[in-house]
Amino acid sequence: MNNSLITQSFQKAQKENRPALLTYIVAGDNTKKKSLEILKSISDYADICEVGFPHNTPIADGGQIQTSAYRALKNGIKINDVFSIVKKFKKIKKNTPIILMGYYNMIYQYTENKFISKCKKSKVDGLIVVDLPYPENKIFAAKCKMNKINFIQLISPTTSKSRLKRIVGDSHDMIYYISMLSTTGGKLKVSPKKIIKEYQKIKNLSKSKNIVIGFGITEKTIKSLRKADGLVVGSAICKEITKSIKKRQNVVTNVTNVVKILKNKIK
Amino acid sequence: MKLKKNIPLIDQHDKFGFWGGKFGGSFIPETLKKPVEDLTTKFEKLRKNKKFIKERDHYFKNYIGSPTSFIKLKNLSNHLGGAQIWAKVVSEANGGAHKIYNATVHALICKAMGKKYIIGDTGAGYAGKMLSMAAKKFGLKCKIFMGAKDIKRQKPNCDAMKRNGAEIVPVYSGSQTLVDAVSECMRYWVSNCDNTHMCVGSTVGPNIFVKICGWSTAQISRELKSQLKKEFKKIPEKIKLINCVGGGSSAYGFWSEFIDYSKKQIELIGVEAGGSKKSKLHAAPLSRNAKIGILHGAASYVCQNDEGQIEETQSISAGLDYPGVSPIHCFLKDIKRARYTYATDEDALNAYKMIKKFEKINPSLEPSHAFAEAIRIAPKLNKDTVVIVNSCGDAEKDRDILKARLGNY
Repeated sequence: MNNSLITQSFQKAQKENRPALLTYIVAGDNTKKKSLEILKSISDYADICEVGFPHNTPIADGGQIQTSAYRALKNGIKINDVFSIVKKFKKIKKNTPIILMGYYNMIYQYTENKFISKCKKSKVDGLIVVDLPYPENKIFAAKCKMNKINFIQLISPTTSKSRLKRIVGDSHDMIYYISMLSTTGGKLKVSPKKIIKEYQKIKNLSKSKNIVIGFGITEKTIKSLRKADGLVVGSAICKEITKSIKKRQNVVTNVTNVVKILKNKIK
Repeated sequence: MKLKKNIPLIDQHDKFGFWGGKFGGSFIPETLKKPVEDLTTKFEKLRKNKKFIKERDHYFKNYIGSPTSFIKLKNLSNHLGGAQIWAKVVSEANGGAHKIYNATVHALICKAMGKKYIIGDTGAGYAGKMLSMAAKKFGLKCKIFMGAKDIKRQKPNCDAMKRNGAEIVPVYSGSQTLVDAVSECMRYWVSNCDNTHMCVGSTVGPNIFVKICGWSTAQISRELKSQLKKEFKKIPEKIKLINCVGGGSSAYGFWSEFIDYSKKQIELIGVEAGGSKKSKLHAAPLSRNAKIGILHGAASYVCQNDEGQIEETQSISAGLDYPGVSPIHCFLKDIKRARYTYATDEDALNAYKMIKKFEKINPSLEPSHAFAEAIRIAPKLNKDTVVIVNSCGDAEKDRDILKARLGNY
């Protein structure tokens, strides 16, 4: 998948001598229409957009993303709506990669094959499945690859050396490094220096893979991690959505401003 | 899918942790892979270690109070006619329920792993109360995750946890019951797995937790087996083992020694929570044919909608109020070794009333579901049939609910 949109996005960022910026929002937060508007607007600054398909029993998400997910579900988001949001987005921004992120039960109920074919039709570029770890995800990941969808493997500070090698060997274009032992949105409890050191270990195993760092990244911490191929911001964005709704302010404008600031910090 | 003889059911899974190729597994975030692997290796070592087994047996006997008694409910049997009804009074165990077995074993494992912090989830509050007791006994710091709704309805157990020095973390997300407590507990473990041991309160969750819990509660059936031989000289020809099923830990513990017997000789009957007669929010994934789904790290029959969102359940008994169930019970259902049915809130309350009228035991609302089934089928059976109910919890924790629903009980 050398020519994938995901790889191209990393190459573009690299040429500009900066890490790629990846943003995460939950589809349907707080409405289907609104989340599409947010996506369109922030993609002027984000290189890759992650879109969560919400689940009501998330075992790895912190408070901010849980709030977004519950809000989206309360407003009636269904898995087919998620696909239609992506499809509409891609009609306008065909070069911005979309990565869907969620929990395996949603895929299992939809059935793997149908889910993948729907991803293909909606032009989804990649998938992150939080609770389908390696090697359990091997068959599904292979199916994704066959359909030119990147299955993105996760690596955490607890991943052992031998396991790391196997995961990197079986990974596609992009690998996601979880910065610390935490659910999403936790306070960065490890020094950026240490995170970059761990990141470098993975990078050294395979220079050709694009490795992003996520979890606990905010306006305050993003600059210190700019050595990475890419940086993911999720909870900080979801938090802004919650705040804007509470204050009855324009969600799209506010969230876009946050993403703009994030981008400026890593330029 | 087939049952293997002479191998404990907890060990009859494939290399990915699935029973019958489709139930169980370990659907966990990458961060938990290592701690789960470490725990798996440690547990497999410990269960082969004679010293550890000796230590476990010592605490089972001297701390938990094993064996719990096995008694005939003569008055109830006479009143109903038909089968003879017996009870295994597991509620005599220290703390008042079977949850103490799993809690004690987890505390011992935590200690053996050199961890100082232990966390756990709880619904009815028993798993939490027992874990707080065991933590206190073994000098571990303890946090219990409990749905805000359950904290309100199971106050006596919350008081006990606080007395034992545990911190209760109220969970306000979702339905504010057990399902959310388990999620929050797992999330906490993701963030603190380097120094904290997690105890899952039932035979649910990632494969290793199903195994540890089943290995712990299996003590119940080991005791029952020798008690049966003592009472009847041999294992009787017709036995029905009736147990309530929420996550399924007491049922597995009650059955494990008897799974190899033929269904004709020993029938296994699991009773799920049917909820209020008027409600449709049944916590009965097995008996009401829920679809397979993934919840809390394992594949099992799960109450869920078409999209895979987990559904809210409702039951008078907080301990059975859970949308999933042990993968082991899913397997037993599919191979038809066990039969699963449900009792409604009203059935359970009526059963409780009847037990109290005729006998001296005080079963909590969870085993009252099992008694409801025993009371329903006993009159249709002959007197050679031995119906045994696992009275796995004491009703002290339900006193507020029982008072509200039944008046002075």
